[in-house]
Amino acid sequence: MARYALVDCNNCYVSCERVFNPALDGKPVVILSNNDGCAVARSNEAKALGVPMGEPAFKLRHLVEREGLIMLSSNYALYGDMSARVMSVLATFSPGIEVYSIDEAFLDLDGMEVPDLTAWCHEVRATVRRWTGIPVSVGVGSTKTLAKLANRLAKKSKKADGALDLTTDPRWLEPALKQTPVADIWGIGRQFASHCGLAGIQSAYQLTQASDAWIRKTMGAVGLRTVMELRGISVHTLDSAPSDKQTTCCSRSFGQAVTDIDQVRDAVTSFASRAAEKIRGQGLVAGALQVFAYTDRFRKDQPQYALNATLRLAPATSSTPAIIASALRGLESSWRDGYGYKKAGVILLDLVRPEDIPRDLFSPAIEDNGRPAALMVAMDAVNARMGKGAVGFGLAAEDAPWRMQCGNRSPSWTTSWDDIPTAKA
Amino acid sequence: MAAGFPSPADDHLEGQLDLHQLMVKRPAATFFCRADGDSMTGAGIQNGDLLVVDRSVQPHDGDVVVATLDGGLTVKQMRKTACGWELASANPDEGVQIWGVVTFSVSALAKR
Repeated sequence: MARYALVDCNNCYVSCERVFNPALDGKPVVILSNNDGCAVARSNEAKALGVPMGEPAFKLRHLVEREGLIMLSSNYALYGDMSARVMSVLATFSPGIEVYSIDEAFLDLDGMEVPDLTAWCHEVRATVRRWTGIPVSVGVGSTKTLAKLANRLAKKSKKADGALDLTTDPRWLEPALKQTPVADIWGIGRQFASHCGLAGIQSAYQLTQASDAWIRKTMGAVGLRTVMELRGISVHTLDSAPSDKQTTCCSRSFGQAVTDIDQVRDAVTSFASRAAEKIRGQGLVAGALQVFAYTDRFRKDQPQYALNATLRLAPATSSTPAIIASALRGLESSWRDGYGYKKAGVILLDLVRPEDIPRDLFSPAIEDNGRPAALMVAMDAVNARMGKGAVGFGLAAEDAPWRMQCGNRSPSWTTSWDDIPTAKA
Repeated sequence: MAAGFPSPADDHLEGQLDLHQLMVKRPAATFFCRADGDSMTGAGIQNGDLLVVDRSVQPHDGDVVVATLDGGLTVKQMRKTACGWELASANPDEGVQIWGVVTFSVSALAKR
């Protein structure tokens, strides 16, 4: 039987901050998005105060005064470094590791001799905690979807204490499935969860009992794969299907409303470059692109407009100039003067591996067999070495209003000599 | 594929000495801190020294450690006592927790 462990960092960004700032222990803390716009991470204490994910910062101000809520700007240099440390500790526990996101990884336990899996999970937790200071939870299942489900319960249950193995004792599987609402299953979208609700299917267990025909009809082949995984039939192997994201988005709120198209053009250029770089890193090409910009929806006294244009990219591409050109064409075609834009972004859609594109005699050739051109490879290498944005197309002004706001950002404790923490002697 | 004769020296390449390699045994668990204050000069730590802290090292009696205290980090020496661990000159009621063992202290002597 295949076995996978899913390890994820508890309240990752908050935990990173707490390692170097123990004064945050036990306090309600939220981390704000790139532009200090909204909450993207919450400590358990902040969750207990009822702070929802994505809540705009200005709506949380009253909690700062009344409940001592601490709001921090995001410090991605720190989170990235701590994440790399956690991953490298995890890599010592299994040769097969798939980093799934900044704060979670799958470990393939196939072929490993582990006499007591629960004890092993606790050893993983203790080691990551001691070496890095980051608390993690571990779930083990016979499929990746079940490992994900076990991990969720490991965090929720006091008894599990951060570690749950659903493979050793088969009697635990059914109650675990019964305790998991459909909406909390990995890879199940909100839309399908509501379909299930209408059909009277509330729990993962009920979903495993549904007929294949019904599942295929309502959620397609992808959904059926998820249900197979819940039934214990391993479909996703390490680095397989679900990590191939369907879309990639680069967007940001502006520090202040922007009315000038040139400024939005700069921002869109930068988002498009970043998004193109992202998909090149994943070896994908985009078949379509969406560019958007919208006004401040919380300013009801001001005229509202949502600019939105979606363009087909033919041939599918990951080339920065092609993606920028399309994004700007979309922006200019749907631009309207006289509005204060608050947020803009570029989403690359329809991401595929170049070799998966159906081709016929009349399809336009994919540039260079879908491989990024030499210029792109060189640009990515320079940016990886010299820092993001070292080279780019039509570099934007340093003081552009959409640049990150970071009013309350912690120091780069682990990545800058000037910022290393002081220890009182 | 490189062409031509291989250099006979290739087998003996030793590279340059790298302080990081010497002082950072486990990069995932190693952090740097700056000592602030004069209370640890007895243990050889001067004000402003760079501390190499390895969190993976098991603390032993007499080790210099970084600990959390009063919501911040502090450098102390560990002492084993009858009732467990104690940090020299720290009040045991203050909720001290060991953060990591100081494995090296780097002093700048010529500060220019």
